[in-house]
Amino acid sequence: MSQADLSIHGQVSRTGATEIMTAPTFSVPAKKMAMWLFIIADSATFAGCLVAYGFTRNATPDWPRPFHSITNVAVMTLILLTSSLTMLLAIRSAQRADKPGAFRWTMITAVLGVLFAVLHLREWMGMISEGATLFHNPWGTPLFSSLFFSITGLHLLHVTGGVVALIAVGIRYQGGRYKADDLEIAGLYWHFVDLVWMFVVPFVYLMNLSH
Amino acid sequence: MAAAEVQTHKTGGMGKDVAVYVCLLVLAGIQFVIAYQDISTSQMFVRMLSVALIEGGLALLFFMDLSENRGLRWFVLIFTVAVILGMQYGWTDSFRLIDGVPWAK
Repeated sequence: MSQADLSIHGQVSRTGATEIMTAPTFSVPAKKMAMWLFIIADSATFAGCLVAYGFTRNATPDWPRPFHSITNVAVMTLILLTSSLTMLLAIRSAQRADKPGAFRWTMITAVLGVLFAVLHLREWMGMISEGATLFHNPWGTPLFSSLFFSITGLHLLHVTGGVVALIAVGIRYQGGRYKADDLEIAGLYWHFVDLVWMFVVPFVYLMNLSH
Repeated sequence: MAAAEVQTHKTGGMGKDVAVYVCLLVLAGIQFVIAYQDISTSQMFVRMLSVALIEGGLALLFFMDLSENRGLRWFVLIFTVAVILGMQYGWTDSFRLIDGVPWAK
């Protein structure tokens, strides 16, 4: 029985000792497992930030609601969700060995990430021009600004890192140094960044909307 | 699922992916609608969290392919729930704090 046969057999049945020895943890390759462990650890970081935010918001009277318009955040959400779809298109293309297609969709995803970051910075500049900084908040407690800039900044840092990673992995995949699996792992990270945004938007933006 | 089936699924059409994407857009839209509802903060929190959890679940299962790996799915679920339960200590302490401050009713 060849190594490939063992690998396939290992996914179907796990009764034999040989299969147990050859099967990786959760049938996931080591690199992918490492990314999953990173994602789990990073999700604990974001969960900690959001719980700290909830704790502070709950314990602070007259919590400010400074957001008047949701247009910008709606567009940002649309861009990030769409970038997840384009990332999937890149991964599916790579799995079909369509190298040009995979590279093109990866770069489109990176461009959408850059667009998201630009809109994010534009929003930050708007808030800063109104007097909001990390330690000062014109609408009330400075804790609001501190938490807002910290949580959205941490997310923006992840988006920026993701864009750099996508470009690097995309170019190396195009050059033949990386495989489809590597693109899939970069995609896992990008989907995670998208997933975090699904929790940041309602709690940090939408629940602070002025009516 | 046999390896050949997995490969067919992975290289198959984008129908399911697009359907999940549309679902996520709709759910995000629902969150924006909830934001304009005239309800209490706690009610809004529960609704926002519920929708966000559904969105997160869909992204995990279908975009991040957890639906295809039962072992990893349980590992992620158990680990995440353990972290969130651990953080409940902070939440309960938050409520204790608000009940102890001068503006508490």
